[in-house]
Amino acid sequence: MSTTYDPADPYAGSRETTEGRVYTVTGGDWDVTLGADPHGEERLVVNMGPQHPSTHGVLRLVLDLEGETVTKARVVIGYLHTGIEKNTEYRNWVQGTTFVTRMDYLSPLFNEAGYCLAVEKLLGVEAPPRAQTIRVLVMELNRIASHLVALATFGMEMGALTGMTNGFRERELVLDLLEEITGLRMNHAYIRPGGLAQDLPEGAVEHIREFLEFFPKRVADFHRLLTGQPIWQRRLKDVGYLDVTGCVALGVTGPVLRAAGLPWDLRKVEPYLGYQTYDFEVPTADTCDAWGRYLVRMAEVNESLRIIEQALDRLEPGPVMVEDRKIAWPAQLSLGPDGMGNSHEHVAHIMGQSMEALIHHFKLVTEGFRVPAGQVYVPVESPRGELGYHVVSDGSTRPWRVHVRDPSFVNLQATAAMSEGGMIADVIAAIASIDPVMGGVDR
Amino acid sequence: MSNDGGAVVPGREEAGYDASTAPAGGFRKGAFGVTGSGDTSGFGGLVRVEPGGAVVLHSTDRPYGGWFDEVTDALIDAVGEGTYAAAVQRVLVDRGEITYFVAREHLLTLVQALRDDEALRFELCSSVSGVDYLDSGGPAVAPGRPRLHVVYHLTSMTYRRRIRLEVAVSAEDPHVPSVTGVYPTADWHEREAYDMFGVVFDGHPALTRILMPDDWDGFPQRKDYPLGGIPVEYHDATIPPPDTRRAYR
Repeated sequence: MSTTYDPADPYAGSRETTEGRVYTVTGGDWDVTLGADPHGEERLVVNMGPQHPSTHGVLRLVLDLEGETVTKARVVIGYLHTGIEKNTEYRNWVQGTTFVTRMDYLSPLFNEAGYCLAVEKLLGVEAPPRAQTIRVLVMELNRIASHLVALATFGMEMGALTGMTNGFRERELVLDLLEEITGLRMNHAYIRPGGLAQDLPEGAVEHIREFLEFFPKRVADFHRLLTGQPIWQRRLKDVGYLDVTGCVALGVTGPVLRAAGLPWDLRKVEPYLGYQTYDFEVPTADTCDAWGRYLVRMAEVNESLRIIEQALDRLEPGPVMVEDRKIAWPAQLSLGPDGMGNSHEHVAHIMGQSMEALIHHFKLVTEGFRVPAGQVYVPVESPRGELGYHVVSDGSTRPWRVHVRDPSFVNLQATAAMSEGGMIADVIAAIASIDPVMGGVDR
Repeated sequence: MSNDGGAVVPGREEAGYDASTAPAGGFRKGAFGVTGSGDTSGFGGLVRVEPGGAVVLHSTDRPYGGWFDEVTDALIDAVGEGTYAAAVQRVLVDRGEITYFVAREHLLTLVQALRDDEALRFELCSSVSGVDYLDSGGPAVAPGRPRLHVVYHLTSMTYRRRIRLEVAVSAEDPHVPSVTGVYPTADWHEREAYDMFGVVFDGHPALTRILMPDDWDGFPQRKDYPLGGIPVEYHDATIPPPDTRRAYR
């Protein structure tokens, strides 16, 4: 049995015994594999992840360590690649919404909004005002939820577990509202090309108003819990340094760029969905470190609350889908015993009253609408930065290509710049301060 | 019928229709995307001319309008008229966005000028994406045709402007110079375009697969790479996988 092995195996010494050849696996071949360490110090290559509670998802880091100092940080991604971009090419334009919403699963409504704005730009249509206001409303609710998870996981990864439980608890309040509005906590498919899947349900406005009343107190609690805490401050200050030059060179946008001092927020600099008419600030910091990013996110939660309040005030009754019946989904949806579906009135109409309505419904649902050929790039400001949709149409009922410039994907490139030369514990803080969502990174 | 752009479309001669003078883009044969089904309804022989197929061959004439002329003039000033004429094959203004179709030999000269020139200042490379225009209609679907496009979205934070550069290469010679020297952020973008489309970015520091496993065979987002999938049974009916379902074109 063992005679087939090379007796001079460099990885295992061996000797003959009465039971046959016995190998002694010794290891210690790092010098052979990696070359001798020029400094004669202890060089250690640590593989961290992809299943690690502190890497913010299925992210794998390969760290070269010199003692506790990181000399090289390499990032390996792709563990959550699901081929969403390719899949959209085999579905019609409306179905695309249900795919893109699953990419960055913490900011689904931003994915939907970006995609729908791109499709609408290709079509040359604009959603009615009420739909635009509701889009802003749900996106800002989503931004709060997303930032709360960012802060919660930040806390967890820094060892402040109460930060995590509190963050997820408050997020649940936002998700309850989103569930009431869209029917789902996540992966809503609520924003559709041309408008929204449905109007706000009865009572939603009141519930959001209640939320606005008590939520600022919860934000203040978060500040009391973490901001003043000396351990929290010392873990974050001067950690993960990246200045404006570094950010722009590496394409980093969002809170990381704003914490470096540049007030670059697409809602202000390239307004969409009427953001120019809302009164809000772009919070910045000048510390370029994880501490600044934490403060910027906390401040952005408050700004989102302000925007939500203004959106509620300007809600006027009206349609939430474009008038064009060649684009608008033919059915009014309602809740049935087996979930959300076509309303009973609509089914009665197409099955019993109008042959034309049935044909129209059938054509739009199975075939979908055509989008004139061309390409557009539409960016929106997601909680993590510039979320861009490059959508190409060849004039058919399906997208020719949907490329998503996901902010997490781009921002994650800054890991090496932020953490090389620092301590291994600070790598965790640096990555947590980028707040990558692997669903968006790998798509 | 072959999809070559120079040919006169059968059945249209009497109308004086010449495909070579078609506004742009491609032709679609048949309805519902069904081919080879022995269709006798006549719809299979239907030839439609899309106003601008996927390979939009339009080009826009000056003036482009708005700041597009300002940027173009600044770009000509920065690289010189001769280089610009050689580098930019055509310019398209569509839906309020400007696209420069660039010859790959001059890509680096252009992006360097676009980033550094004071009148241009496109500091941020927002996105680099690949698009495969295989069989998208349009002229001459043949080997050597530049079906793979690399699309760069550049953002000027100083002037708050966005432009698009597009470089087309063929699948047989998919080489494009890497812009990582000018825009370090293009590193992962280019790796993704390589991973998904097989575009080789010359000069990239480490062009390896990024989303797919290292030993993966093929380039998944090319149009001739199947989506895959299995039939699914649901409510006593069998639903075929998405890429074999009937497509409406």
